[in-house]
Amino acid sequence: MSLDEPKIDLSPKVSDEIRKTTCYMCACRCGINVHMKDGKVAYIEGNRDHPVNRGVLCAKGSAGIMQVNAPSRLRAPMKRVGPRGSGEFEEISWDEALQIATDWLAPLRETAPEKLAFFTGRDQSQSFTSLWAQSYGTPNYAAHGGFCSVNMAAGGIYTMGGAFWEFGQPDWDHTKMFVLFGVAEDHDSNPIKIGIGQIKARGAKVVGVNPIRTGYNAVADDWYGITPGTDGLLILSLIHCLMKAGKVDLDYLAQFTNAACLVNEDPDSPENGLLLKDKDGKPQVIDRRTGKRAPWDGAGVEPDLSASYRYKGVTYRPVFHLMADKYLDEAYAPEAVAERTGISAGRIRQLAAEIAKVAFEEPVVLDREWTDFRGKTHKTMVGRPVSFHAMRGISAHSNGFQTARALHTLQILIGAVETPGGMRFKPPYPKPATAHPKPHCKVTPGKPLDGPHLGYPHGPADLCLTADGAPARIDKAFSWENPLSAHGLMHMVIANAHAGDPYKIDTLFLYMANMAWNSSMNTTGTMNMLTDKDESGEYVIPRIIYSDAYSSEMVAYADLILPDTTYLERHDCISLLDRPICEADAAADAIRWPVIEPDRDVRGFQSVLCELGAKLGLPAFINDDGSQKYADYADYITNHIRRPGIGPLSGWRMGDNGLQDGRGAPNEAQLDTYIKNGGFWLAHVPEEAAYYKPFNTAYQDWAVKLGFYDAPQPYIFQLYSEPMRRFQLAAMGHGDRQPPEHLRERILKAMEPLPIWYAPFEEGLVDTEAYPFHALTQRPMAMYHSWGSQNAWLRQLHGMNPLYIPTEIWKKRGFKPGDWAKVTSAHGEITVPAMEMQALNSKTAWTWNAIGKRQGAWALEGETSESSKGFLLNHLISELLPPRGDGMRWANSDPVTGQAAWFDLRVDINRADAPKASQPHHPPIKSPVPQAPKNLAWKTKS
Amino acid sequence: MTQLPQSTDRKLGLVIDLDTCVGCHACVISCKGWNTENYGAALSDTDAYGPDVSGTFLNRVHSYEVKPETGPAQLIHFPKSCLHCEDAPCVTVCPTGASYKRTADGIVLVNEDACIGCGLCAWACPYGARELDATAGVMKKCTLCIDRIYNENLPEEDQIPACVRTCPAGARHFGDFADPNSNVSKLTAERGGMDLMPEQGTRPTNKYLPPRPKDCSGEINTLAPLLEPVATDGKGFVGWLDKMLSALPGGNA
Repeated sequence: MSLDEPKIDLSPKVSDEIRKTTCYMCACRCGINVHMKDGKVAYIEGNRDHPVNRGVLCAKGSAGIMQVNAPSRLRAPMKRVGPRGSGEFEEISWDEALQIATDWLAPLRETAPEKLAFFTGRDQSQSFTSLWAQSYGTPNYAAHGGFCSVNMAAGGIYTMGGAFWEFGQPDWDHTKMFVLFGVAEDHDSNPIKIGIGQIKARGAKVVGVNPIRTGYNAVADDWYGITPGTDGLLILSLIHCLMKAGKVDLDYLAQFTNAACLVNEDPDSPENGLLLKDKDGKPQVIDRRTGKRAPWDGAGVEPDLSASYRYKGVTYRPVFHLMADKYLDEAYAPEAVAERTGISAGRIRQLAAEIAKVAFEEPVVLDREWTDFRGKTHKTMVGRPVSFHAMRGISAHSNGFQTARALHTLQILIGAVETPGGMRFKPPYPKPATAHPKPHCKVTPGKPLDGPHLGYPHGPADLCLTADGAPARIDKAFSWENPLSAHGLMHMVIANAHAGDPYKIDTLFLYMANMAWNSSMNTTGTMNMLTDKDESGEYVIPRIIYSDAYSSEMVAYADLILPDTTYLERHDCISLLDRPICEADAAADAIRWPVIEPDRDVRGFQSVLCELGAKLGLPAFINDDGSQKYADYADYITNHIRRPGIGPLSGWRMGDNGLQDGRGAPNEAQLDTYIKNGGFWLAHVPEEAAYYKPFNTAYQDWAVKLGFYDAPQPYIFQLYSEPMRRFQLAAMGHGDRQPPEHLRERILKAMEPLPIWYAPFEEGLVDTEAYPFHALTQRPMAMYHSWGSQNAWLRQLHGMNPLYIPTEIWKKRGFKPGDWAKVTSAHGEITVPAMEMQALNSKTAWTWNAIGKRQGAWALEGETSESSKGFLLNHLISELLPPRGDGMRWANSDPVTGQAAWFDLRVDINRADAPKASQPHHPPIKSPVPQAPKNLAWKTKS
Repeated sequence: MTQLPQSTDRKLGLVIDLDTCVGCHACVISCKGWNTENYGAALSDTDAYGPDVSGTFLNRVHSYEVKPETGPAQLIHFPKSCLHCEDAPCVTVCPTGASYKRTADGIVLVNEDACIGCGLCAWACPYGARELDATAGVMKKCTLCIDRIYNENLPEEDQIPACVRTCPAGARHFGDFADPNSNVSKLTAERGGMDLMPEQGTRPTNKYLPPRPKDCSGEINTLAPLLEPVATDGKGFVGWLDKMLSALPGGNA
């Protein structure tokens, strides 16, 4: 060191202590090290041992310190004293708050429990909240999946027993080509960034298919700037090219899919299009060894992909023949789809050829023996190292379910699911639709519901309908309008409750979902519905209870506020019963625990439900003597028994001979052990069980041992979906349970049992010359829905959200830098700041999601950029399709699952002079929290 | 005027991979979190929850659109912090000696006790890599996490800058450029690591790895034979299928 250099302390004390817990700055659920100084949070970094993030952490995670100290944190229970929407509240005690809730909910339970609608938003405790709702007895429960990505989830479950993110991941270690469809920046967050970095470092190819070239698409080696809503068409064209060239994995298809199963071809049969089954109900194949029919899973059976079969005068053909007929049709030729998709025929062929090359000329062969469910031992594991990922981008369309099915079909056709280098399931997945519950809706006043709310229907018999055939649920989930709505339709609850369609409700109970702002379509209309009064002067939705940790826009619209804690002040479990955090090579679960105590009069929402459940006498929440069963959520996590030996957490359960994984009795020290272990538990998948999980006996046995299911349940992939065919048959007039006339045609079309593509609904209902363009949102990697703006550090990254307009539209409509844009849709109009962007599909404009804020919310002071220049695209999107003159309310949703079709939006874009603020502009709401500090100079003194 | 050392024993710095950076800002916030808590004055935020929010950051990510002559436009994410230049103009311009370059490792630092907040160094830096903190009135800049990289209270694997430790895509690398066998020297050699604005003559220590060429496959259909049709309709496909199946193990051929 030179003499004049100052002496500095190179080894300052870092912290007093590290507390390891789970992040909740988004839904990714990374492990974090919370450095504590003097009992306060000083610094947050990623936990290197954690299976999800392996030490890294995104901007949101690192900004957690600004969230747990945010001035927007609610401080105490509140009751509304001004009109709804004013933001005028009075702080009350927890005793009073719980008494109000009990006085509202107890009589309702005794008379009409369905008049409570309990929807829990971005809930990570759905196995708990659903138990509460089930015990209460209302059929009206779901979380936010219906407005998020249910098409991808349900498409995956029905096709192959799992989809992406929480269900599965690319085999990052072996893949040679990774194809990413649509926006997926936050599902999941860090693992995809880690994976992309990992495969780029070894020179593997990354392909992006997305109208917008930002984020992961910006680093893609090849970018396909597809037109929104046409992903399914592109995928079916790839399938066309690959099938036509014979570039499909016949061996894999024969053994591990229902491609060889025999389909009834008799047009007059009530079983037309269903699979031939034996007396045990097992689908039949032709065994190549004998040429005779045999059950699909018979010992040693070698299913024949090509043999037809004639039985009792009916011809049966294998599914694979039907696929050949369908996908070799020239309607799927690249030339036929190029214009619609915005991708030239040559480039579609190039992509198909690259997939074929990597899959079939560069296979990954692992020298690892395994045995399948038919008893056949395979010497090696042969992989087709092309992997795919997609989430909300291709899901949030009215053709999203079929598109998700098409993508899964593409993966399966080349043999790239559960094989080395392809897509791998994460335990407890794979789990086919048949291994999931069916939906339940039978209401008995004063009693629990007859079973879990959400599930997977196998046919019309499983729909949730009343005796007269009307939807039984307020969101019309599992009705003829959207039969396979596995996650419910949270985006329809307020609109349906307001319209009294299918019925009126009494109490709307919401948890962490900003329905009066960015989480609703038709935001202004939704606010009006929440404040609308009937002739007698009463609110049309009489009572609203809301739980949130922060001063979101929704708070002003509730009558009773139950303030939640922040994520560092609470217990949580990230459970295998719920939305797990496993990796392909390991089962894992995790906890949160109060690394700091709240400095406000707030309580974890789940603990509040334990107490409220007991006050209401809900059977799952009281002991035999009527006393409260679970003191709080931690007590529930430790002691709840879901099935014998199975509880919320799988690690360190009590066995006969000490602690064990998976199954076992409750262990009072379980949470302490999780804390000592860094907040998570992990069990490695045995090496011989690592691939072919649905078919692999070693995996099936391991899954039973850990308690994912109680007996081995191998299955084959459902390229052809029989449940969907059953709905088509009903629409054709077969069976007792019949759809209403006006839905027959739509069901016939939407429930096609082999993946199809049809144009997004909005396109067919609006004048596409008047609305020639598409408009999308995507979430910045540094923000999570509406949460980022209350965070002093994150809001400096994304403080406003211009509308990014492609150069073609920019020039055509005469835009100049500094201009604003008037954007119109069939539903509404907004005027917002505009910017030119070149790396875009030429017909598509976009903006960041949920940056726009209402003045007065989130403890932001004055006319911030978020409230004056930020905006929501939601104002242009209706929860209903444009009227057709038939008097019906048609949801702007996928006709299979009910997923909100956010990305079907059609718009026109024209230049506008800058108004004072982005339009529409809503008046400020009164903030329920004290004024934020002006300046920060953050340093935790030790 | 402040003197630069003739030479430094080591040349510590960063390699930033522009081919892999997805622009997620993880490095920006991790840096803010560590450095507000540690070396020198806090990194303040003024009007933190109001209309005129402005904070001090030692590292920021910018995004640029690039339109090549052929092929679609591209978006490059470009993280930028102090490059710890060998000929650092911010040091030589400092009137008090507060800005200096360490002889031991080449890190450019500000001695906040001697900094008068005159701002000359920020003006001299061609990269805009220094920010005057509005609350503390002293110049803030990347320290390469000097209070982490030698910190014996951290496990050895964590003795790296916060931005490198947190980067989810693995786009940031830390090491000694004076050692030709270090990870950063090798990456720079293998991937053609570049100086930022070399014409400024600052001889930056940090290097940027350029994005690999993109959108090269285009429609040049060298792979066309792979899609040679085996059939043109369902019937033909079934014929092909029968032929293929009979060739599989267990078939009749």
